[in-house]
Amino acid sequence: MAAEANSAAGMPQLEFATFPNQVLWLVLALVVLYLILSRIALPRIGSVLAERTGTIANDIAAAETFKLQAAEAEAAYHKALDDARAAAAKVVEEARAEIQKDLDVAIAKADSEIAARSAESERRIAEIRESANEAVTAVAKEATKDILAAFGVKADARSVTATVNARLKESAA
Amino acid sequence: MAEESGGFAIHPMDQFIVRPLLGGDTVGMFTITNVTLWMTLTVIAVSLVLVVGSRGRALVPTRSQSIAEVLYSFVYKMVEDVAGHDGVKYFPYIMTLFMFILFSNLLGLLPWSFTTTSHIAVTAVLAAAVFITVTVLGFVLHGASFLKLFWITSAPLALRPILALIEVISYFVRPLSHSIRLAGNMMAGHAVVKVFAGFAGALGLFGVLPILAVTAVYGLELLVSVIQAYVFTILTCVYLRDALHPHH
Repeated sequence: MAAEANSAAGMPQLEFATFPNQVLWLVLALVVLYLILSRIALPRIGSVLAERTGTIANDIAAAETFKLQAAEAEAAYHKALDDARAAAAKVVEEARAEIQKDLDVAIAKADSEIAARSAESERRIAEIRESANEAVTAVAKEATKDILAAFGVKADARSVTATVNARLKESAA
Repeated sequence: MAEESGGFAIHPMDQFIVRPLLGGDTVGMFTITNVTLWMTLTVIAVSLVLVVGSRGRALVPTRSQSIAEVLYSFVYKMVEDVAGHDGVKYFPYIMTLFMFILFSNLLGLLPWSFTTTSHIAVTAVLAAAVFITVTVLGFVLHGASFLKLFWITSAPLALRPILALIEVISYFVRPLSHSIRLAGNMMAGHAVVKVFAGFAGALGLFGVLPILAVTAVYGLELLVSVIQAYVFTILTCVYLRDALHPHH
């Protein structure tokens, strides 16, 4: 075999006797390989690739939906937060008004009490002043009578009283 | 070869000899030969990669499934880009050719292996199959108007007969170049590796130099194996496009 190959210009490729053998096995191998690929391998790989493309497209669509839902949820959350804040402000306002009302009542009561007390005090002060004036008048009359008696004048009680009253009025004014 | 190193006898072509595996000296049509063995191994290897690799059908591919998917997508895209969308029908056929040639080339790089694609008989059948398929397909799809492929209407009228002659010749040279390109590349590369390996045996201590050369050439051969499979396949797609759309 080797000798033959060498004699054929050293090229086993030109050993024509082996051609039918090579062609037969080549055709068989190609047919078998074609059947394996076209029946099993290629449809399987093709379907896997198609399935993957479909899955990726679906997942992207689903992600888009979830994103929208998340945005909605966020808006709802913010709305709830704002509502709660408004409600809280209202409660605070009401409480403040309530307290203000109580406070006003208490202040009014205290004011009226103060007014009553001060009126009472004024009245007492006026009374005291009145009695003091009377006492001064009496003392002045007595003193005037005594002074007049000391001078030996028999004073007329009526005119003394009138004069003292007039002088007291003058000094009071 | 090493035992004959004194005589400096290198037989770089011995690796291409077709031998009967089960005894006997003659190679008949149905003899089980090393061709049978290595073609069977090619079919098994391709099936392992594409069938067993994609067995999981996982949505997120495993490593082996990724390899199968990358090979599928690569050839599918090539067919779609070059032959057009209606060429996709013939994708299984082109995928078969690509995988068979790629794995024959790569398996042929294993030490002591036999490279089926280095034989002109094999590549001639592959190329002839493409040529006949494409020609028949062209006439079936377009009838006589398929011949307009050779009548270049964009050229001046006076030049058209000459161009037609050139086109016809180039059309019939296609299967020749298609087959010899592949077989020649495979044969030359393997022969070079073998020659350098023979030097390594003969040179003794200085054999380290041929060994470095063999390493470099081996890397180059790996590249050539893949590129030649790619070239054969993309040319098939180009011829297919001519058959599907002969009007340029």
